[in-house]
This record gives sequence, structure tokens and C-alpha cells, in this order.
Amino acid sequence: MASVTLEKINKVFGRDHIIKDVDLTIGDGEFVVFVGPSGCGKSTLLRLIAGLESITDGDLNIGDTLVNDLPPRERGVGMVFQSYALYPHMTVYDNMAFGLKLAKTDKETVHERVMSTAKILQLEDLLHRKPKALSGGQRQRVAMGRAMAREPRILLFDEPLSNLDASLRVQMRNEIARLHNRLGSTMIYVTHDQVEAMTLADKIVVLKGGHIEQVGSPHELYQRPATKFVAGFIGSPTMNFMPAELASGSKDGCRVTAKGLGEVALPQAADSYRTRSSLTLGIRPEHLRLEAPKGDNCFEIFNVEYLGNEVYVYLEPKEGDTLLIHRSEAPSKWEEGQKVSLVPDIEHVHLFDESGAALMLSETRSAA
Amino acid sequence: MNQRQLAKIAKRVGFWALIALIMVYAVFPFYYAVITSLKPSSDLFQVELWLSNWNLDNYAQIFSQSSFIRAIFNSVVVAFSVVFIALLLGITASYALGRVRFRGRSTVMLVILGVSMFPQVAVLSGLFEVIRALNLYNNPAGLILSYTIFTLPFTVWVLTTFMKELPMELEEAAIMDGATPWITITKVFLPLMWPAMATTGLLAFIAAWNEFLFALTFTLTDAQRTVPVAIALLSGGSAYELPWGPIMAASVVVTVPLVILVIIFQRRIVSGLTAGAVKG
Repeated sequence: MASVTLEKINKVFGRDHIIKDVDLTIGDGEFVVFVGPSGCGKSTLLRLIAGLESITDGDLNIGDTLVNDLPPRERGVGMVFQSYALYPHMTVYDNMAFGLKLAKTDKETVHERVMSTAKILQLEDLLHRKPKALSGGQRQRVAMGRAMAREPRILLFDEPLSNLDASLRVQMRNEIARLHNRLGSTMIYVTHDQVEAMTLADKIVVLKGGHIEQVGSPHELYQRPATKFVAGFIGSPTMNFMPAELASGSKDGCRVTAKGLGEVALPQAADSYRTRSSLTLGIRPEHLRLEAPKGDNCFEIFNVEYLGNEVYVYLEPKEGDTLLIHRSEAPSKWEEGQKVSLVPDIEHVHLFDESGAALMLSETRSAA
Repeated sequence: MNQRQLAKIAKRVGFWALIALIMVYAVFPFYYAVITSLKPSSDLFQVELWLSNWNLDNYAQIFSQSSFIRAIFNSVVVAFSVVFIALLLGITASYALGRVRFRGRSTVMLVILGVSMFPQVAVLSGLFEVIRALNLYNNPAGLILSYTIFTLPFTVWVLTTFMKELPMELEEAAIMDGATPWITITKVFLPLMWPAMATTGLLAFIAAWNEFLFALTFTLTDAQRTVPVAIALLSGGSAYELPWGPIMAASVVVTVPLVILVIIFQRRIVSGLTAGAVKG
């Protein structure tokens, strides 16, 4: 078990600056998920921690040791690869024992460790099989077992579930969560799937273009996204964004006008912004209410999707904007072609400035 | 019988006739060598396709010569050494060329290929000087050295191609398990590369086993010769007699091990040669 500290970590491949000044502290026993679109550097960051790539600049500490120049085996990390990368010519037992044997562990300890790991992962009946005789989920468990057998201080997962089909993915997701509760070891998990991130993580790290966009618990990221990018990335269906303009703002709140919605009073402090500066309004699909059309606030229903437990209503946007989504519990009285007005839930409206940063709630509101 | 069935039978017959033709074309020279080797020397110049009477005199004669047995021994030593050295160097080189990123990698690959493009005769005199300088003249070690030079490019190329096909994550998994490059090669890659190694090893073996020009040039005495040279230098009863019978018997004797090796490894060879063509 160990904590991990990243200080001003940079990685440059040739001319490409992949990781830019990443600072991050991962506590002992925490389950941290790196999430972001492809090419954001999340896998590279994981490989830097694993020791498969060298750090260009910055300090990486595991526990109290600076590990920048230590090879993977001396860092005390285990890794589960996306393609599992099991040794095809070895049995499940040998796959798990390989690292222990290389570490010159005595035979009884090897046997003991492999058997106890196999027990945790329910692999006892498969120990004499070769990887080709295993199903996808079983291979996945063997890959985890191989990483766990050496009892590393930190377990790293690189998109471990992306090769599995949807139902198996949910099952394995639960197994990983259970494993974390049981072992209590520090785990770092990379995924591009925000659902995996939300369900597994104690702490989510959202990456974009090589830098950290926001770090926080799933709840924080959902309720208080720090940037427009995080707001759009977390949550499904995605948040609705509407262009807006600041009508008046003080440190106690502000009023903005959005096309179609008219003027709305919001609890965000906007004293540092000039009036008429352009902003973006962010509203999650479940934080909208549909009512009868009122004057300019008039949207046509473009499509209605029925999902059984809930209904997505897509609204024709005002010119130049993206489709708006409204989510409600089924059944829904709305039909295609109807005209409606939008009423946002003011408590849950987000406001972003031109740089994409979220406007903070006013002090009077955040104290309440 | 209707026309379709007739056409089907005709196709069958044609197919097997073609196969028979190819078989005869490919096998006849060897078959004729076997027949000749079994004939008594008095019948030698009668052309016949079937044996009327036969004996093993020719075989008895060649095995009574200690120089021939010595030559077989030399050939075995040379060929196995070449295969061993070529595979050892080939595997390590292919790891470097297939796995380690460094500047000029493709240049190195092209140079390696270029070496094998020269005809043997072109490098003969230069190689002779090298062997003299290394004091390996009239020594099987000199043959091992020169054969390895010509075998390595092919070995390195095939093994490098194969090595590149092995997933990167497999090596990374081994690194995470604490394996050094040498352990990764021997414990993880080698077991997966058997088909490629069987193929290249066998081809290296055949090349070394049958090589004539270098063997003739770089050896002097009977005790150091390999089989192809020994066969060519078999002498008859007088200076005017070419001993065809013993030559054929000797040829058959040295070809049989190759045939057996190929049969043993044939499935491996096929999978080795096609490996990399299709994933999985």
C-alpha cells in the first residue's frame, strides 16, 4: 500500500508535449480513475507511473521514495493491460507465478501467493489451463491475478474492460470494485468511459490535452464541474449548452439573457465580468422542465426517445446551436412536433465564461 | 451416367495426372540416384528404370573409407554449429531490430540484406584472406564462420519480421514482472518463436550441409573435408574411372537425414513461413 505523488510531471515525445505540468496526489488505498477523450495523455500518465516510459521532467514519488529512475520491478507496481497480454505458452498458474519466480521467491511462498490470489479471483479450477482455453472474462481475471500475485503496492489498470462485451463489462466492473474493497490497495485506472469512471472511482482525474482539467469525487464532478469540458464529458446524455450574455452581475448573483429563454437570474457571482460579456449556460437534461410555450420561449420537439424507464425529448435548437435534450421519467406526455417552452432549474444551472471556466457560486449561496 | 458426372471424373483424372507429372519431374532425379547407387558396377551404364538385380556393394564401399565417415562427422559438426550460432545471433539481433527503437534501424536491416546479395564467388578471395588471417584455413571453424555470414541475413530478416508481430504489451507485461531483456527473450519470446526458428534453422542447416564452393576452397586435407567435397573427390579404381556407383550411394546417404528433418519439421515450416501473413 502506498500513496503516489506527481509533481510537475512532463513528458515529451520528440516534438509532442504529451503531459504538461501534471500535479496530483493519490492517497493510500484510493481508487483513482484517469478519464478523458483519446489522445488526452491518460495512458501515457499511467505508463509514466508504471515505469514503462521515462519522465522528461518532474518528480514522481511512490510512498516516500523518488522513483523517477527506478525500473518497474523496483517500484512495487502491478499492471493490467488492455489486451491482457497473458503469456500464451504458460498455464494460468505459471502466468501468475512468473513474476514471483523472477523475484527469486522460494517455491512454497510462490505456491501460497498464487493459490491465495487464485482464490480471491475464483481461478482455482482454471490453474492448469492455457490462456487460449479461457473466456474473455477469465482472461481478464488472470491478467489481474498476475498483477496482484507479487503483492504490489499499487495496481494499475489500462482500459482493462474495453475488450469485453457490454454485459461482461458491467460484471467485471463490479468485481473490480469488490476487489478494491477487499484488498484496500491503491488502484489507478484508465478509461475513456465516463460511466466506468463514475461508478468505480473515489477520485476522478479528468485529463484533456495533457493537463488536468479537474480532480474530484464523482459527485463533485457531476454537481460542480470546474470547466465546460468536464461538464460536457461527465454525465449521459451530455449537458445542454446554450450561448448567453451577461445582463448584470454582482458578487451576490447575476442575470443573463439566453436566446429563447429570456432573462434568467442565477446565483453565480459575476462581479469580475463585464456586462454583455458572452457566457455559456449549461443545463443537464434532467434539470429542465417543459411547459406550454410562452412568447419567445418556444421550441419545437424534434424527436422523442422512449427508453422504458425514462424518456429523452430532443428539442429543435435556435439557429446555429446544438440539439437540446430533456430527460424525464416515463411515461411522457410529449410528442414529436409539439411546441414547448423551457424552464431551467435555477439551482442546477451552470455558467461558463469564454475560456470555459465555470463561474463560482456567490458566497452567500455557497454558505447556505 | 450423365454429362456432369463425366466432366467431374475427367477433372479428377486430369488433376491426378498433373500431380503425377509434377511428382515425376521433381522426384525422378533423386529416384535415378537411388537406383544407380544400388546397381552392381557392371550394370552401371545400362539405362533402365527398374532394378533387375541389385546389391549394397556401393554402400559397403563408401562406408569402408574412413575419410567419408570423417567427412560426415565434419558436416554434422559444421551444420549444427552454423544453425546454433545463426539462431542465437538471429534471435538476439531480431530483438534489437524488431523491438528496440534506435536511429538507423532500417539502414541496418538493408545492409544485412545487401550482404546476402553478393554471389559467393565475389567474396571468395576476400573471405579467403580473412580466414587465413584468423588462422582458420583447413579448419571446420573456417567453414562455420563463412556459412554463418551467408545464413545470418535470412535468419535475421525472418526472425525480425516474426518478432515485430509479437504484441508489444507482452514484452511490457514481462517488464512489469521484472524480466530483463534476456529473460524476456528466452522465457517469453523463444517459446512463441519456435515455428520461425524451425524454419530458419532448417534452411540454414540445408545450406550448410550442401555447400560446396567454400568447403572446397577453405579445406585441404581429407580429415577436414565436408560431405559435398568428399563426394566430389571420391576416386575410382584408376584415374580414368569416375566411380558413379559410390558417388550416388554417398549422395543418397547424405540426403536422407535432410529428408527426415524436413518431414519432422514440415508442419512447423509451413506455419513459420506463413506466420505474420494473417494475425492469430
